[in-house]
Amino acid sequence: MSPDRQPFDPTQPLVATGNLRRRHAISRVAQGLAIAAAVAAVAVLVIVIWAVVSHGVKAVSWDFITKGEPDGIGPNLVGTGIIVGIGTLIAMPIGVLIALFLSEYAGRRGSHTVQLLMDVMNGLPSIIIAVFIYILIVAPTQQQSGFAAAIALSIIEVPLIARGTQEVLNLVPGAQREAADALGVARWRSVLTIILPAALGGIVTATLLSVARAAGETAPVLLISGLGNGATFQLNPFEALPNVPVRIFQLSEEANPEGFTKAWGLSLVLIAIILALGLSSRALLNRSKRKLTR
Amino acid sequence: MGRDSITLPRMSATVTPAAPRPTAMRRRSWRKRGDRFGDAAMYAICLGAALLGAAVIVAIAYQVVHGAQPAISKFGLGFITSTEWKPTEQFSVFGAGSLLFGTLFSSFFALLLGAPIAISIGLYLSLLAPKAVRGVVSPLVELLAAVPSVILGFWGILILAPFVKSTIEPALHSVLGFIPIFGEPQTTGSSVFTASLILTIMIIPIIASVSRDLFMAVPSELQDGAAALGSTRWEVIRGVVLPSTLSGMIAASLLGLGRALGEAIAVAQVIGGGTESHLSLFKNGGTMASIIALQFPSAVSAIHTASLYYIAALLLVIGVASNLLASWVGIRFGSAGGAMR
Repeated sequence: MSPDRQPFDPTQPLVATGNLRRRHAISRVAQGLAIAAAVAAVAVLVIVIWAVVSHGVKAVSWDFITKGEPDGIGPNLVGTGIIVGIGTLIAMPIGVLIALFLSEYAGRRGSHTVQLLMDVMNGLPSIIIAVFIYILIVAPTQQQSGFAAAIALSIIEVPLIARGTQEVLNLVPGAQREAADALGVARWRSVLTIILPAALGGIVTATLLSVARAAGETAPVLLISGLGNGATFQLNPFEALPNVPVRIFQLSEEANPEGFTKAWGLSLVLIAIILALGLSSRALLNRSKRKLTR
Repeated sequence: MGRDSITLPRMSATVTPAAPRPTAMRRRSWRKRGDRFGDAAMYAICLGAALLGAAVIVAIAYQVVHGAQPAISKFGLGFITSTEWKPTEQFSVFGAGSLLFGTLFSSFFALLLGAPIAISIGLYLSLLAPKAVRGVVSPLVELLAAVPSVILGFWGILILAPFVKSTIEPALHSVLGFIPIFGEPQTTGSSVFTASLILTIMIIPIIASVSRDLFMAVPSELQDGAAALGSTRWEVIRGVVLPSTLSGMIAASLLGLGRALGEAIAVAQVIGGGTESHLSLFKNGGTMASIIALQFPSAVSAIHTASLYYIAALLLVIGVASNLLASWVGIRFGSAGGAMR
């Protein structure tokens, strides 16, 4: 008890003094910094999106989306659609099967190994995958192709789909599997008729998210498909296809104001597609999770 | 108990095959055989998919190293330390030293800047924010991760670089100019610093979402116990939450680092494409991934291409190493955190 301490006065409100007050102040400063960090991240997102929208709106019109170069970017959109579509068609079954292996068949060690494999695959820089497919397909055939780019994108998509699917498979109640076992249903039948249908929402979600990721991937498409002739619509995936991300990259490397406007327009269209995919997948995921955990 | 049953004579009775049964049973046995086949096929297909994944990774490593063979045999391991990168015909000299340095420099700077911010965001989203705010901010942070790198890079060229050139770089140079990394700013705004800022923006959502999940998993009993002993909110975080998740935070940072090391496109757009090694953040530079994106489509000679493959191989080693290190830290030291529980 220090001598200068005030005698206890019950009518005064309780206020922290001395050391406790200092601790409260530190705590408040720390919380303030955490809030500031969150605000900064959201602010950066808003600034980027705002820049894309405000500049892109000037370029986007119906002609811009449907016509070919030099007025519009229609062929680029179609080309990206083809590349990503093929990539997803390849990646989805493989990703789902790997997730099934992880959750239904692999033992502890097997699942650790495959999980690690997926982590490594997910962490591979996309430029490495691009170089790999270039050596494997483009260099021997001397032909840039959208199909080869689709294979590269599928390598990027597989771990994303596998992880998303596996998360939902883990949510499927064990009781359902046991009930099927108790009725004498064979494992493969219960996988096909009970487990996969229950997880369908999650599989679609994971696929949509991987499509959103693949649509913006530039490095593989730049090296493997390059940029075909953007003036006309091209549908043959075994040739170089015009596409959105590489066109943005190319325009951004040229110091040409008109090109910049077009690149903003392309960015706006691409971001709009990605946002739409992200939002719909989120809604879908919430719905299917509610269904599973009810 | 099991050993006893072996000595029993009626063991032999169980081995005799079941008596043949009439037609209804035969149908069932046909179905059983189908099921056995179906089970085996399902297992084989799933296993095959997993093995395919493994095969792809092995093939990537093999092909990239194989493609780099000419450069490996010509330059050897000195490639890693040599800082000369002159692709033109009359020189044709290649060394990855300055690019390796540029990669590590920009990525670590981004990590230094991004990790504290991202971990703060994780703390805010998991422990501090009201539920309604969390529901809005959490998806927004994840949205930041969904912005394609090419768009971020394009934004970097047109919006961020001029701002960095006119405002941030002169300010930092005038205050901290005595440190060599904050040297004289250049005229374009395309610099290692700008690239690092873009990388920071890219890795923040990754580290933030991983660390948010980490902090959410810290048992609330521990936090409540600390709070009951009179800790303030910050003291609960510093005394309980951060120590018990340290390994996870390191793993998350390594994941972010791996992403930053391998980013090619956005860096290629804003770093300015230099190949000299220097300590200044404000000059243009190059990284391994960005040099592949910039020079691969227009490589001038076979040895140039092979050298780019060599760089890809080095990048592969670094990228896989940082990933494996991340999961190793997570497993090895994650158990220490688990023992606390």
